[in-house]
Amino acid sequence: MSNNIWIYITVMAVVTYLVRMLPMTLIRKEIKNKLLRSFLYYVPYVTLTVMTVPAIFSATRSTASAIAGFITALILSFFKKSMILVATVSCAVVFITELFIH
Amino acid sequence: MRDGLPIALGYFAVSFSLGIQAKDAGMSVLQAAVMSLTSLTSAGEFAALSIIATGGSYISMALSQLIINLRYILMSFALSQRIAPETSSLHRTCMSYGVTDEIFGISVKQPKPLSPFYTYGALLLAVPGWVAGTALGVAAGNILPDNIVSALNLALYGMFIAVFIPQSREDKHVAFAVLASMIISTACAFIPFIKDIRKASPGTMIIILTVLISLVFAILFPIKENDDVSQDSAEK
Repeated sequence: MSNNIWIYITVMAVVTYLVRMLPMTLIRKEIKNKLLRSFLYYVPYVTLTVMTVPAIFSATRSTASAIAGFITALILSFFKKSMILVATVSCAVVFITELFIH
Repeated sequence: MRDGLPIALGYFAVSFSLGIQAKDAGMSVLQAAVMSLTSLTSAGEFAALSIIATGGSYISMALSQLIINLRYILMSFALSQRIAPETSSLHRTCMSYGVTDEIFGISVKQPKPLSPFYTYGALLLAVPGWVAGTALGVAAGNILPDNIVSALNLALYGMFIAVFIPQSREDKHVAFAVLASMIISTACAFIPFIKDIRKASPGTMIIILTVLISLVFAILFPIKENDDVSQDSAEK
């Protein structure tokens, strides 16, 4: 299937915007359904985890440096450091690890 | 607006690595910049790139954006309760564009009611940072030495980890869900047949796993009745 990148971008923009816009403008009362609320509660954490593991291990030039970066990110975020700090320091650790192995 | 500065810098670094991947997916500088400007979502764009790279269907693109960005529904709800009730629909429509993990994070720390102009100020810095980073990633990704690109590729994942780990500390059910997700997701990369589906369409795999795992946890460990989700996240 050959698809147009511009159509992909349009689909993304429309869906992402509606997801943000509709709750803020239309639905002003709370969701009462407990199952739906619980589902929505877990979704962000599950989806981010599934996207990270195992893809992270093949993101860098070597599995070893990826593991080092992964562990760094786990430790820093366990101590609730900011996203930006976690991201930058883990990148730095990958960089340093690769200096040693290459 | 001042609060937008660290976000803009962080966005720049992360979107740069996104840009490098956008190039791999076959996007031009303009396409990647427009994508970042119109979507403004790290995880969503990241998943989108894998769909574009593998030539996935438009339906799977729409579904992946819906599922991955479901969290914005919660944030949007929470913010909706923090802005003045008389805020016009026009302001609400514009503000909702700025519902991202980071801007939500700084917005809920503001005294109520949240002014639309606070959001606009933060966006004024954060959006250019995000878009410029993506564009430069596409343009300059192959100029940079391999070891720097390799290190930057970890940035996005680092950001994701910084979202799910702190919450795992707060709530042991989330910790359990995160652990289960790691194991199941890794297993899917090795089990025959499932492995092939994953390879053909990583985006679809993410959607299926997210829905299944979240649903199982919602059934097994529903959130407590008085433990309001939107309130919860708003309190942080």
